Amino acid sequence: MPKITYIEHNGKSHTIDVANGLSVMEGAVQNNILGIDAECGGSMACATCHVYVKEEWFDRLPKKEDGEEDMIDMAYEPKKFSRLSCQLTVSDELDGLIVHMPEKQS
Amino acid sequence: MIKTDVLIVGAGPAGLFCIHQLGIIGLKCEVVDNLDKIGGQCIELYPDKPIYDIPAIPECTGEELTNNLVEQIKPFKTNFHLNERVEEVKKQNNYWIVKTSKAKEFQVSSIVIAGGVGSFESRKFSVKECEKFEGKEILYSIKDKNIFKNKTVSIFGGGDSALDWTIELSENSKVQLIHRRDEFRGAQSSVDKLKELERQGKVEILTKYQLTTVEGDKNLRSIGIKHEDGKIKKIETNYVLGFFGLIMQLGPIANWGLNLDKKNIPVNTENFETNQKGIFAIGDINMYPGKLKLILSAFHEGALAARGCFKYARPDEKLKFEFTTTSKSVQGRLGVKKND
Repeated sequence: MPKITYIEHNGKSHTIDVANGLSVMEGAVQNNILGIDAECGGSMACATCHVYVKEEWFDRLPKKEDGEEDMIDMAYEPKKFSRLSCQLTVSDELDGLIVHMPEKQS
Repeated sequence: MIKTDVLIVGAGPAGLFCIHQLGIIGLKCEVVDNLDKIGGQCIELYPDKPIYDIPAIPECTGEELTNNLVEQIKPFKTNFHLNERVEEVKKQNNYWIVKTSKAKEFQVSSIVIAGGVGSFESRKFSVKECEKFEGKEILYSIKDKNIFKNKTVSIFGGGDSALDWTIELSENSKVQLIHRRDEFRGAQSSVDKLKELERQGKVEILTKYQLTTVEGDKNLRSIGIKHEDGKIKKIETNYVLGFFGLIMQLGPIANWGLNLDKKNIPVNTENFETNQKGIFAIGDINMYPGKLKLILSAFHEGALAARGCFKYARPDEKLKFEFTTTSKSVQGRLGVKKND
């Protein structure tokens, strides 16, 4: 199973096995990892599952759909390598992905 | 003091259909919602997005769904208290006393919380020092546009609110529009108009910049914005407007003595009652094993919660199960006129 590492804003790191097909957001929520709120449940309507991805990973991820960038405009402290974790579907290619959570989501 | 059977908190699809279910079993209700219009997330977040999983409706938008629900509850002539937030809930004998942000009071036997993920509030700047100027020179909505006349206004955001206000205020103010990326998500016609105003020198557009500092003593004096490449630019300005959409806050619900699991309210699945007798929670805000955050689940939850409300509103009566197809009394409540 692919391993995803979630790093909280305070530096606390969690490496979790997340099944293929789940989103990076669901991996966090199902494992009670703090820092990803996902209030809309993954419908790309709230920007509270916002994460930062390392530059080297950014290009390897599936490209953003139109709505995602619009939604990131509304995220808390968006940056160049911001993504919404609900839009990242876990697959073997994502094994080892590291995401950093912002200070807060709203 | 408004006395009725049930108070519904939230006018999204869950609350709207619950009105219907209460109405057909003969209960009266009133509805309070923090937004200025009916429809909840369907209207605020995705009015134009098609929904494909409402039973028997192959496709409809959030707005169409809302309009149909409003049509369906017409016979019950329900009062909506919009732009109002429920602040306080207190038990008094067999009733709940509810106070709103506009100091209205309700006396009800049950409350149905259909609050989605809480109440919508404007998303704010993340720069801490902004707090000092918020509500004065840093604003997230505009009540009186005349205050900007002949002033410098720095507008942040890339959606329709940011674009529309930039265009409008550029007539009488010096305006900068600042956005974190090159693309704007607002309407293309507004983007075109904006580019035109920029060519005429009436608007300054600064993209790939975000707010990093605000300065001023009593009044705001200047802001610092940072480019994606790290360069910092200082702007002398009188007003800063941020249009970053809405976020959802649980708000005062957290203080009503309900058990909470993160931002959700645990309920039983028999009638979706919370740990407080007579307070029910339906739709996205509740939590129970197997919960699906779907509108169709909210409808089911509302139907059962309505029956739950009945035993508090009419403790001495027994609720008879009836179908809308055959029951004369239900059809009477719906105002159905039969031709014999």
